[in-house]
Amino acid sequence: MTTRAFQKIYTKIDNITKATVTLRATGVGNDELATVGGRLAQVVKIMGDSVTLQVFAGTEGLATNSEVIFHGEPPKLRVSDNLAGRFFNAYGEPLEGGEQLEGEAREIGGPTVNPFRRLQPSELIATGIAGIDLNNTIVTGQKIPFFADPDQPYNAVMANVALRAKADKIILGGMGLTNDDFLYFKQVFENAGALDRIVSFVNTTENPPVERLLVPDMALTAAEYFAVDKGEKVLVLLTDMTLYADALAIVSNRMDQIPSKDSMPGSLYSDLAKIYEKAVQLPNGGSITIIAVTTLSGGDITHAIPDNTGYITEGQLFLRNDSDTGKVIIDPFRSLSRLKQLVIGKKTREDHPQVMNACVRLYADAANAKTKLENGFDLSDYDERALKFAKDYSEKLLAIDVNIEITEMLDTAWALFAEYFSKEEVAIKAELIEKYWKA
Amino acid sequence: MKTVGKVSGIISNIVIVKAEGAVGQNEICYVYAGDTKMMAEVIKVTGDDAYVQVFDATRGLKIGDKVEFEGHMLEATLAPGLLSRNYDGLQNDLEKMDGLFISRGSITDPIDFERTWEFKPLAKVGDKVSAASWLGEVKEQWITHKIMVPFVMTQSYTVKSVAAEGEYKVTDTIAVVTDSEGNDHNITMVQKWPVKQAVRCYTDKPRPSRVMETGVRAIDTFNPLAEGGTGFIPGPFGAGKTVLQHAISKQAEADVIIIVACGERANEVVEIFKEFPELIDPHTGHKLMERTIIICNTSNMPVAAREASVYTGMTIGEYYRSMGLKVLVMADSTSRWAQALREMSNRLEELPGQDAFPMDLSAVISNFYSRAGLVKLTNGETGSVTFLGTVSPAGGNLKEPVTESTKKAARCFYALSQGRADSKRYPAIDPLDSYSKYLEYPEVEAYLGEKIEKDWVKLVYRGKTLVQRGKEANDQINILGDDGVPVEYHERFWKSELIDFVVLQQDAFDDIDANCPMERQQFMYKKVLSICEHDFTFADFEACSKFFKGLINLFRQMNYSEWQSEKFYDYDKQIDEYVANAK
Repeated sequence: MTTRAFQKIYTKIDNITKATVTLRATGVGNDELATVGGRLAQVVKIMGDSVTLQVFAGTEGLATNSEVIFHGEPPKLRVSDNLAGRFFNAYGEPLEGGEQLEGEAREIGGPTVNPFRRLQPSELIATGIAGIDLNNTIVTGQKIPFFADPDQPYNAVMANVALRAKADKIILGGMGLTNDDFLYFKQVFENAGALDRIVSFVNTTENPPVERLLVPDMALTAAEYFAVDKGEKVLVLLTDMTLYADALAIVSNRMDQIPSKDSMPGSLYSDLAKIYEKAVQLPNGGSITIIAVTTLSGGDITHAIPDNTGYITEGQLFLRNDSDTGKVIIDPFRSLSRLKQLVIGKKTREDHPQVMNACVRLYADAANAKTKLENGFDLSDYDERALKFAKDYSEKLLAIDVNIEITEMLDTAWALFAEYFSKEEVAIKAELIEKYWKA
Repeated sequence: MKTVGKVSGIISNIVIVKAEGAVGQNEICYVYAGDTKMMAEVIKVTGDDAYVQVFDATRGLKIGDKVEFEGHMLEATLAPGLLSRNYDGLQNDLEKMDGLFISRGSITDPIDFERTWEFKPLAKVGDKVSAASWLGEVKEQWITHKIMVPFVMTQSYTVKSVAAEGEYKVTDTIAVVTDSEGNDHNITMVQKWPVKQAVRCYTDKPRPSRVMETGVRAIDTFNPLAEGGTGFIPGPFGAGKTVLQHAISKQAEADVIIIVACGERANEVVEIFKEFPELIDPHTGHKLMERTIIICNTSNMPVAAREASVYTGMTIGEYYRSMGLKVLVMADSTSRWAQALREMSNRLEELPGQDAFPMDLSAVISNFYSRAGLVKLTNGETGSVTFLGTVSPAGGNLKEPVTESTKKAARCFYALSQGRADSKRYPAIDPLDSYSKYLEYPEVEAYLGEKIEKDWVKLVYRGKTLVQRGKEANDQINILGDDGVPVEYHERFWKSELIDFVVLQQDAFDDIDANCPMERQQFMYKKVLSICEHDFTFADFEACSKFFKGLINLFRQMNYSEWQSEKFYDYDKQIDEYVANAK
């Protein structure tokens, strides 16, 4: 940001913490950007003539006489079709050099779509992964995170989903991404010949953590440009939202706010909702779908970050290592897509809802049988069959390396039913049994 | 003269205002950021400093910006024409806003001031009237909307004149009343009421005695909700709170339904916007939307307005109650409202209570729930507000402040269990943890005895006992193994499974099963109970489980069949034969 004429330069900072500085200044607007000793900062609190700024890059090395220049406007992104195919940092500046962006400068973190103007999401996103398409169907305009432990291949699954999803644009918001993962994404997209559809805003682990706070808003401002102005189907990938929330906690801590559960700020729910609720199906045919990653610690979903996320998003996808098959599967018990009801059995074959439920119910019976086995009890004939079913189900449908059409998934399920169970045990509506049972 | 002031501090959406004059607690003011006018509410006053919560984003606001105080608290506009509308938390009509995005400071009229209504007078000259007395009526959709003496008029009055039958705008004078000092007051069809105060224009608030039918078996049969009663649904995410609330809002036997979407997902509200104008109310045959008002403050809309939204909804509910109507107010989710209180309290640097919630959380919640109820109006008629809220406990742990505070205030508790949701047993209402205090009311017992059948409540308790015993038997089986317990234990367990699958579980996405009228509930419940009361003799536990699995399958097909259809009776017969064979 270049300085403009007649801009007032302040050179007396009163207070410096690890993430904020406070100084006396007048005529400053809330949320406005500033440069402090050459680093970007944003106004977070004003009390009379005392202004507190959050310094994104951290305050190491700043002195009480560092120069402070106010920009007179909140953070903005220049939007145009030229965004496509490029990589940016958290401030929306091109990485690896390249020319600066042209186009209209839009405030990031802008207003909310009037709920009355939204359309109901109704377009299925096919990923080929049965753990998603069959059990937890995703729809355009939906927001759904992967809940995964840090050692699980969530970024790979997400990249796969993104490429198969047939989106017009894919926008990657990377927060605290390791450089290796960043290069991985870049390579996968490049190999798929999809680079011209990708826009990336990346904060890697090498960058200061507080910068991450800008990434989702940058990514979503770009997404809104393509979806609202151009009527495109946009898929936004946000990884890893846990690191975003950690950055929120750092800032709130520096501002002496009283922490609530798990040392997170009391406003965590609203902060996350502001991001996820940007997912929308628009009347012009454009849409923003958000697929995010929330890493868990030891699978604990009661921690404030996954807990609040679960209440905001329209379901969640759990990855699990299945010891029976040695594969990573999408856990059918804990995963959920809330919007699947809008398409399953309507945009897909009529038997989809009942087949899906029957599979999960029988898989649950197998889980009970397994518990019995572990406790040293004898298994009934039914238990034995349920266990065999579970293994096949896991291998042929739940595993993340499956890539088939939905109709084929349903047929596979019917074949498994017929192989291991009687019609009564499957307990599906009689009409459907008559039509689809594989004798 | 309005008090004015200047912005002297900004912390997110809390703004500190130097006021040049008197300000009241909870007074409404407007904060000007350039040309944009944003509504705000005073939440604390210290000396000249008024702390106001702004119902909008404070981006760009500067020290010294102008503030105007309005001299009144946050009010709801009450008049004919509220039904079928979609409001934000501050009663702005969302439909009337221009553009795709909600721009800052969007203010729209809650009602249509231009349209006219066919007014019919009810009061006569010389009648003695007081607040909420009915002066006349208009037809709003198919509901008879009473035009009342405004709630704020606290004295007794004598009717001086009433307008003749005819077409009037809401702002036209439809009556003139005289107070004891001889002053005349013009009354129109529109009035205002501060949302945070309860409307108390009634003579009596008796205990609820009737039951509100919801079409959900796990509620109506097992833990009925009283008309004018209160209930809440806590549950972890994914347990089906919203699906259950939507089902109730579609099927409940109420005249007016107010849905407050408070800090939840926008797509869920879109579902209501899309479905309700097409769906038919099963009790009247009219479109659902005609009896519905939606107040929608989704999670990304301003936090402060979240708190206002539940009060706005309740106030509109109380308004329709005063017309002698049955109103159901539902809020999803009250936890988001509590979180909004926490965010404010935090920014005000108040000393926090448990989990950083404000100390008075419990009082605020019970105060709110107490506004529901069955009331006897001044003219002897009755009206009711039934309130059902959801709670989203952090981490699914019911030992958190919002759940605990609500438990003290609400009389029905519908606990959604993660275990049931995981095994797709929907609705996931836990049959053992949940309760309805109304079952203990002799009035309710007598009512159900009359409406359904004698000793109905005894049958309900019998079913609960069977479920309890089934669970105990299952625990034993899990500890000792299938062979380690007598076959009777398996029978006991499977009988509870029968009740679970046939009565407690219900397919909210099936056109027929979704809504189960009381008559059908009674039929199915008694059929299931009669089988449960029989002692079978099974050779071994596998024969037992095979029998019950087959039976459950037949019952499920019956639940999917149209009530009293040929198919329905066919399954009925099949079940009888199936059971007879096993005896």
